[in-house]
Amino acid sequence: MFHIYCPHCAEYREEEEFHAAGQAHIPRPLDPDACSDKEWGEYMFFRKNPRGIHHELWVHAAGCRKFFNMTRDTQTYEIKEVYKIGEQPSVVAE
Amino acid sequence: MTQQNRLQSGGRIDRSKPMTFTYNGKQFTGFQGDTLASAMLANGINVVGRSFKYSRPRGIIACGAEEPNAVLQLGATEATQVPNVRATQQELFNGLVSASTNGWPSVDTDVMGMIGKVGGSMMPPGFYYKTFMFPQSLWDSYETMIRKAAGMGRSPLESDPDTYDNVNQHCDVLIVGAGPSGLAAALTAARGGARVIIADEQSEFGGSLLNTKETLDGKPAAEWVRAVVEELATYEDVMLLPRSTVNGYHDHNFVTIHERCTDHLADIAPVNQARQKHHRVRAKWVVLATGAHERPLVFSNNDVPGCMVSNAVSTYINRYGVVPGNELVLMTTNDYGYQAALDWDDAGRKVVAIVDTRASGKGSRAEAARKRGLNIISGSAVIEVQGSKRVSSVSVAAISADGHKVTGSVTKLKADTVASSGGWSPVIHLSSHTGSRPTWDDQIVGFVPGPTVQKQLTAGGINGQYDTAVALKQGFDAGQKALTEVGLSAAEVVLPKAETLKTDAPMSLFHIPHLKPTSQAPKQFVDYQTDVTAAGIEVACREGFESIEHVKRYTAMGFGTDQGKLGNINGMAVAAKALNKTIPETGTTIFRPNYTPISFGAIAGRNCGALFDPERYSAMHMWHVEHGAKFEDVGQWKRPWYFPQGSETMQQTLDRECLAVRDSVGILDASTLGKIDVQGKDAREFLGRVYSNAWAKLAVGKCRYGLMCGEDGMVFDDGVSACLGDNHFLMTTTTGGAARVLEWLEIYHQTEWPELEVYFNTVTDHWSTLTISGPNSRKLLEELTDYDLSNDNFKFMDWKQMKVAGVPARVFRISFTGELSFEINVQANYGTHVWEKLFEAGKKYNLTPYGTETMHVLRAEKGFIIAGQDTDGSVHPYDLGMGWCVSNQKPFSYIGKRGMNRVDCVRPNRKQLVGLKTKDPKAVIPEGAQAVLDPKEPIPMTMIGHVTSSYWSANLGHSIAMGFIKGGLDKMGETVYYPLANGTVIEAEICSPIFLDPKGERQNV
Repeated sequence: MFHIYCPHCAEYREEEEFHAAGQAHIPRPLDPDACSDKEWGEYMFFRKNPRGIHHELWVHAAGCRKFFNMTRDTQTYEIKEVYKIGEQPSVVAE
Repeated sequence: MTQQNRLQSGGRIDRSKPMTFTYNGKQFTGFQGDTLASAMLANGINVVGRSFKYSRPRGIIACGAEEPNAVLQLGATEATQVPNVRATQQELFNGLVSASTNGWPSVDTDVMGMIGKVGGSMMPPGFYYKTFMFPQSLWDSYETMIRKAAGMGRSPLESDPDTYDNVNQHCDVLIVGAGPSGLAAALTAARGGARVIIADEQSEFGGSLLNTKETLDGKPAAEWVRAVVEELATYEDVMLLPRSTVNGYHDHNFVTIHERCTDHLADIAPVNQARQKHHRVRAKWVVLATGAHERPLVFSNNDVPGCMVSNAVSTYINRYGVVPGNELVLMTTNDYGYQAALDWDDAGRKVVAIVDTRASGKGSRAEAARKRGLNIISGSAVIEVQGSKRVSSVSVAAISADGHKVTGSVTKLKADTVASSGGWSPVIHLSSHTGSRPTWDDQIVGFVPGPTVQKQLTAGGINGQYDTAVALKQGFDAGQKALTEVGLSAAEVVLPKAETLKTDAPMSLFHIPHLKPTSQAPKQFVDYQTDVTAAGIEVACREGFESIEHVKRYTAMGFGTDQGKLGNINGMAVAAKALNKTIPETGTTIFRPNYTPISFGAIAGRNCGALFDPERYSAMHMWHVEHGAKFEDVGQWKRPWYFPQGSETMQQTLDRECLAVRDSVGILDASTLGKIDVQGKDAREFLGRVYSNAWAKLAVGKCRYGLMCGEDGMVFDDGVSACLGDNHFLMTTTTGGAARVLEWLEIYHQTEWPELEVYFNTVTDHWSTLTISGPNSRKLLEELTDYDLSNDNFKFMDWKQMKVAGVPARVFRISFTGELSFEINVQANYGTHVWEKLFEAGKKYNLTPYGTETMHVLRAEKGFIIAGQDTDGSVHPYDLGMGWCVSNQKPFSYIGKRGMNRVDCVRPNRKQLVGLKTKDPKAVIPEGAQAVLDPKEPIPMTMIGHVTSSYWSANLGHSIAMGFIKGGLDKMGETVYYPLANGTVIEAEICSPIFLDPKGERQNV
């Protein structure tokens, strides 16, 4: 069970208070109507499944209800960093 | 009964406190301080079970968690039955009732044993799969029979009378194991001011120091242990957990501990005490001081009762004052093993021979044995033992220096006990729980913890360091390191001086050769609990299983409740030899939580019975209960399902409730609908983006129905939102979808459109919603308010602020029944007051309470959908015939717009929601029934849709249904068929789903 630092609450809390909301940094296309079906399908459905560094979106669901980003190693389950929406990760896959 | 194997003195037992216990119906006596196993051995009980596959008699072999054989059923009553208890870990209490779990009709005379004897060589790995394959149809009965014969204990048939607790803990340092290294670590960390938890699975702290005659500072080691424990107990921030097994090491130093609080006291916990506690610990640092398990050697008939690991022999003598036999033959590959012979000799019983597989042993213990004149046979091995329910003699022969071949002639020695030591296996289980792969250490002939990402330290036996002085030092170092890491300064600790024993290099030997090849030699057991033999592993390798993980699964090695603690390394060594690889090349299987079995009770804690899952009640819940409501679970809510009167059947109730609404007035508790307060200057814009229809022009005081879609264009929720002010809306959601919708709004606001100024809050529980519906609803409401409710002043889809029954209310004139309807929202704690006032005034209108089922029928008569029942995530608004609820004029491409314009969403022949009128008006099509065009088509038929909602309508006098049909909106008037599982077919005509009042006149009066 993860021990997660919520960047909004500025505290470590138990995983039970959070849940994952999928891959981070998938912006909604600014003009959806200009997207082809293929582009729209990729935005909607296609996600990475890396072994190693992964950027994820999490929500402090039973806490402040805020979303934030997490860089996590999917192999060791280490949380490398958490950062707010709109910020960029400092730890990235090689 | 006499305890024939009990010594007159010595051990950590209290001879002044005798305790009686029963085993397989017979009564025996032991002492306070005994484990069930030590008491059984004291009484000379040889056979404690029958083996899993071959039904061979088995005896106690070890003294701790690694015990594979003495796995017993405990419990004096049906409700207190506990399966799979290791007798070696169960403390004795007065009145303990135990029984062996295998063996029919009994462990002493077992019918399956015959099969094991004669059929042994006919039961290779995969025997059951290979033998009982045909005919496949009989596998179920084969399996039942096999499982019965092989049983491993049973669950109680009655509810557990005990309570259990879950406890959350935090600490700086968690120390696992309270042997020399664990205690040294704890003492250091505690003196440094750290918050410490130290847990040990045994009844008292001390670990290996309890089992030996070792001295520290020239005094018995137990004195040092007592002093340390006494000091630790004085620290406020140190928690001592004896009888507590650290069972799981999870990510981010989350560790679970299973504490047995009262298992040592009685069959059932004393009043007001939890039987067991499940500690969930988040530790900044973890020190693993888990020690090591001694490995038995693998030789022919090594499972005959009387064969034990040598360390267990020492422990029973030194700790419990029990000598488990009369004549000992010891076989060892290392110096440590000699200790058992020395202890046996001290106990005054006969050491027949010490068989050292090495050419010579020059360590201190070997020297001591030599000095005493014990019979040491070097360069040899016990290649076979004789006996069935107890060892009667052993065969000893010289072996080659590499241990692969028997080189000399066989000597038979009379003995009843064979202790063997193949060296030690560090207890690396916890360290591998988090995915760390152990590494092989040639020096210690064993696996040690591998690299880890956890904040983990190790000390002592787990590192392959078995010398007490080294263990103490490593524990001290781990304690200091933990102090530094958590930001505390170093502590002052003077370690006691341990005896230094010279040890000679061990021999790397696991599998003792026999005169015959392994496949023909008498069975050589590797994993006792799952009856895996060296020959079986060789067969598996020969049949092509090369990965150790495959060998494990094919042979079942390590699959018992002991997870192969004794046998795994031996099995890997046998496999390595068969595959002509080294052990590190063969690799190890991975241990997983839990280290030892844990009761479901401890995991569940108090989260059972009424506390299993929260139940949510509306403010009027007690009224519903008092008026005989039957309830339905909707999410966590208990919603009234229907309100039967007298001896009514459910259908009669529904008919009465449905008619009452359409004839006069009914009332529904709609409080459970999700309610989200939306505020901010961009609230309106936001609604326009998350709903498929338009919100730009909704005036203050007006309500509007909206459909919520995913980016794929599929409907996932619906509800009415009201404009409370220019910047203020109240959104309602389905009962089950409330939390999901709130998160949906939040994720879009926070991640996509943070520039919009809008705020959301759940207000579901803040309001009671009382929906009165029916032609007399206005008259009824008029009696409780002065407000002008006329159709001119209060139009359909308006909401008004007014006082109802003297309390402030928001009243929404919206309708889910198609009738004139008012949803009265009051502060939740006024709910019952207003509800009761409505009933006082409603008597003359026959005000009828109705539940969710009648609500479903009434809305289906009007063709209104229920998101989640008539939608399944694969239908968009047009599929539902609700294109009127989609706006393509909105400037912003709202969620769902792009999705519902995908090629697949606009293709012809999509499944569309239609009404279904059965040819036989009385026939109600089961929900879920599949539609076909030709009921005579051979199976598999071409299915063109299914029924989503179907009811008997008392108002209409016929059944009504809605369902999906491919291209259904263009098939009005056509016939479809619903073939049912019972062979009958229901014929139906496709029609509009609006069965009643298609023009919507009733709600507009």
